[in-house]
Amino acid sequence: MTTATFDPVTIRREFPTLEQSVNGRPLVYLDNAATSQKPRVVLDALRAYYENDNSNVHRGIHELSRRATVAYEESRAKVAGWVGAAEPSEIVWTRGTTEAINLVSTAWGLDNVGEGDEILISVLEHHSNIIPWQLLARRTGAVIKYIELDQQGRWILDELPRLLTDRTKVVAISHVSNALGTVNPVKRVAAAAHEVGALVLVDGAQGAVHMKVDVQELGVDCYAFSGHKMCGPTGIGALWARRDLLDSMEPYQGGGEMIHFVGRDESSWATVPHKFEAGTPNIAGAIGMGTAIDFLSGVGMDAIAKHERELLKYALERMSAVDGIRIYGPQSPDEHSALISFTLGDAHPHDISTILDSEGIAVRAGHHCAQLAMQHFGISATARASIYLYNTESDIDRLIEGLEQVQGIFA
Amino acid sequence: METPPLSSLYQQLILEHYRNPRNKAELEEKSVEIHMANPVCGDEVRLQLRITDDQIEEAKFVGQGCSISQAAISMMTTLLHGCSLADAKILAECFTKMMQGDPDAAKDKRLKDLRALQGVSKFPVRIKCALIGFDALQEALKTHAKEETS
Ligand SMILES: Cc1ncc(COP(=O)(O)O)c(C=O)c1O
Repeated sequence: MTTATFDPVTIRREFPTLEQSVNGRPLVYLDNAATSQKPRVVLDALRAYYENDNSNVHRGIHELSRRATVAYEESRAKVAGWVGAAEPSEIVWTRGTTEAINLVSTAWGLDNVGEGDEILISVLEHHSNIIPWQLLARRTGAVIKYIELDQQGRWILDELPRLLTDRTKVVAISHVSNALGTVNPVKRVAAAAHEVGALVLVDGAQGAVHMKVDVQELGVDCYAFSGHKMCGPTGIGALWARRDLLDSMEPYQGGGEMIHFVGRDESSWATVPHKFEAGTPNIAGAIGMGTAIDFLSGVGMDAIAKHERELLKYALERMSAVDGIRIYGPQSPDEHSALISFTLGDAHPHDISTILDSEGIAVRAGHHCAQLAMQHFGISATARASIYLYNTESDIDRLIEGLEQVQGIFA
Repeated sequence: METPPLSSLYQQLILEHYRNPRNKAELEEKSVEIHMANPVCGDEVRLQLRITDDQIEEAKFVGQGCSISQAAISMMTTLLHGCSLADAKILAECFTKMMQGDPDAAKDKRLKDLRALQGVSKFPVRIKCALIGFDALQEALKTHAKEETS
């Protein structure tokens, strides 16, 4: 498919979940930043794997194991291509973004961060890119420093030269904020971080979903992302890291699959990436994530990005006109990914969400696992409408009608 | 499951308590204070009680959250003034039962305004919101009892 033929209404039909009514109205799914829906091809791939090829990977000499292993490793290669990895071995399968970050903060962090060293993160981070570093800091005596936010939820980078010191060992930042939609200037911060010799990890949970990502071009060392936010199954995700970095790291967990030779006192490790993949992996999930990548590539990431941009502009325009609304995050659509975080008059985001739900509209309400960002704005929660390839202008129109209902009740 | 009409949830009395919460202030002399939060949604309350002998003299709260949580706490505090500890416990149990869908509990006149919250029991994801204040009350009663015996 090319841009010319991109049609969200046709694409929508590929997603069985979207073909339902909720509370008597056709479902409008605007909670994509939490998790995306799954296209039929992904569901079929999961089923086909279990029906035809189910067996363990890298363990059997038999035909089924061969097939499963081939499909599993082919998926790894697809994921590698998805983010521009130099080779498939730079992709470590994980449960998702969270586990990928914990892998680095533990396996790399414990050996490379010591007392008085500094970890730089931002106030905008998801808890999964805060807590692993706090745990590391607690265990090592390292100190966490923060990139602060301006009133539009953008990083204040004037302070960067002061924040980066020769003690800075790691800079862990998100590509796109799930709480405000801010698209962050990762490349610029990565370049500055490398000047002081820090490792740069990017939380790409909301990044690799909506745009073409090239880790080489970004100039970072690690990129973590989840399959379930990009049309893939839950429970699968990946860590991309430079090969030399992975080679230098100790294993994360011990068990089967990750060993080379086991002795009574000493054992040796399998090569990268298997060194980091202890135990039977989520084989079906990995295959499903590969299929999701095929699906998204087939639609075309440029076309998806263009569609989302247009829909975001439409949504920002219509929502801005709603009385009493406050939209958080960057005002310019160019710095804004396809999600809108907002509050409405004195209606609490929970109440907004309940009222929208009664109209069959799914949004998220809460702190979005970004309490530091909420605290920055002096609020405890927002409502969030997040867009994906299958959303349409009519979804946004329904959202606006729903917000009018909220106004009616809280008038 | 179909959601019942919103009118059963957003009663005027609830919205009125949400907008004008009663007893929302810090208590000068407090016998016990309990902090409760629902990390899923950010509803939060600090409930403060002044207790003499076996009676709640004064109940105040500080908190933030949705209309349901804040209205429930506000209504609860109005019933606690001059309430015996035993009656406060019964009130908490009765309200909790109403939230679990018990029709008899919902008829209990002692719940007064709180009966406006009956509709919440039909919105499973919101029941926690309604209960946070009474959860704090039950904790407060337990904490107070422990302090008395020690
Ligand atoms: C920005 C961001 N980082 C990290 C995560 C965590 O991802 P997961 O729960 O898939 O590990 C999420 C999703 O919830 C996210 O939006």
